[in-house]
Amino acid sequence: MAMKAIDPQYTADTKYALEVRNVDIYYSAFRAVKNCSFGMERNKITALIGPSGCGKSTVLRSLNRMNDLIAGARTEGEVLYRGQNLYDPDIDAVQVRRSIGMVFQKANPFPKSIYDNIAYGPRVNGWKGSKAEMDELVERALRGAVLWDEVKDDLKKSGLAISGGQQQRLCIARALAVEPEVILMDEPCSALDPISTLKIEELMFELRQRYSIVIVTHNMQQAARASDNTVFFLMDKEDRAGQIVEYGPTEQIFQSPKDERTEQYISGRFG
Amino acid sequence: MADQLRVNSDPRAALAGDAVKQVDLRKRPRIGETIIQTILYACGFISIFTTIGIVYVLGQESLRFFASDEVSLVEFFTNTVWQPVIGEFGILPLVNSTMMVTIIALMVAIPLGLAMAIYMAEYASERVRAFLKPVIELLAGIPTVVYGFFALTFVTPWLREIFGRDVVQIYNVMSAGLVVGILITPIIATLSEDALSAVPSGLRQASLGLGATKWETAIRVVVPAAFSGIVAASIVAMSRAIGETMVVALAAGASPQFTFNPFLPAETMTGHIARISGGDLSYQTIDYNSIFAIGLVLFFMTLTLNIVSRMIVRRFREVYE
Repeated sequence: MAMKAIDPQYTADTKYALEVRNVDIYYSAFRAVKNCSFGMERNKITALIGPSGCGKSTVLRSLNRMNDLIAGARTEGEVLYRGQNLYDPDIDAVQVRRSIGMVFQKANPFPKSIYDNIAYGPRVNGWKGSKAEMDELVERALRGAVLWDEVKDDLKKSGLAISGGQQQRLCIARALAVEPEVILMDEPCSALDPISTLKIEELMFELRQRYSIVIVTHNMQQAARASDNTVFFLMDKEDRAGQIVEYGPTEQIFQSPKDERTEQYISGRFG
Repeated sequence: MADQLRVNSDPRAALAGDAVKQVDLRKRPRIGETIIQTILYACGFISIFTTIGIVYVLGQESLRFFASDEVSLVEFFTNTVWQPVIGEFGILPLVNSTMMVTIIALMVAIPLGLAMAIYMAEYASERVRAFLKPVIELLAGIPTVVYGFFALTFVTPWLREIFGRDVVQIYNVMSAGLVVGILITPIIATLSEDALSAVPSGLRQASLGLGATKWETAIRVVVPAAFSGIVAASIVAMSRAIGETMVVALAAGASPQFTFNPFLPAETMTGHIARISGGDLSYQTIDYNSIFAIGLVLFFMTLTLNIVSRMIVRRFREVYE
């Protein structure tokens, strides 16, 4: 496999874990997102908000090349990670996803045991350790997702046999097990009850110490209470392409938005 | 005044004045409905009646066979010689060659069919899949007699070329098994493809999102998740291989032999039934009754497979919400 290795020696010369520059995303001929430029700060939570169809999920999926899986999807512009454009022709999408993990809207544990769900990522990434080391890794990942105490006696149980909130935390633990640098979350709480949602939000604050997090959310309160920076997307009425209206620290976006449309959206007047 | 008020406040009372509508809610006969229901019911149960009929006929004739003093049940299942002419009725040579054909066929069909299914479900673009699936299904529509000739005139000469004419007989189990394998491949391919496609795409995304390749995702996530469907497909195909008659009748030979050498001729259960019932056999002889006994054993073999397949499907099916 000829690919450019992602340089481990790369020192952070920017404050951004990921940076999007002039990104346009197309589904076949349709431009779904245009002129997207923003940065995601290291060890911070960046929330992408906006009404349905504004392209926020599309942008999120472009950050670890998950859009590659959709026939006809094409990304123009640059997504910078460790000084490299993830869309350079010599970048390997599989390698990208090992460094930039993802948690999906609907909890999607594998129909395997809880243990094997966690071990799956390391195993496909060429894990060469002993059983004891894997046990330790599984425990660390489950502790990281604050799930260990609930499932430590049931590691052989199917990942589908636990509650929805636990399943979503299992998916987060599974993403942590490959030790990514950035974790992308696509509306991770939209199918969860308020208590599970709160648990995941608390978890995000924990994770922020070690990872950079980008989260797409429909929930204004969630963005307001659980993020450091906010990017507000809106669909251009003329060409139906999503674009960024405003981005900045969450406090500023929610308390003194510069754009009138942001003000209208966060006060619940549309969307 | 007070009365009037109360009357006016009741909306039903307002209507009651001019036309009181009679609503008849009593039950009434609906002859058409009943007839249709009965016909549909009968259609639904035809398969059961047919099965009962088949078991009855097979059982009755088999009973006559086992009732004769020429054969005992123990001898039937343990004797390794099937020579009705000299009164030897051991079903083992027939079962053995049936199983050999089936195993060879499955060794061809499971890898090939599963590979086709994985390609169609995981790799092929929508356009390629839309073209490929009907073509594979077309393969299933070719008359089996054509497959039989294919075995005899193409595969057998080819086998003899490779392994030598002294080793491979003109009629042999290997050729029949390979071709039955090709014949049942579409069953495994299409049914497995359905099972693979039914796996939620979220699982694929999760796997790819963890940095797995397409192949790792297919083999380690999608195939295990579709395992019950794939096993069920293989068992349906296996039943088909056991029951397949024309290919083995043409290519495997016409001499019941107890051998494990796939290059020798041997007759399968179905092949034997076809040959005997096509010949000049008189009714109510022991030879005639013997084919019903073979049929009964065949019936129970496929029945068992069906039950096992149901059990496996139930045991291993993953329920996604």
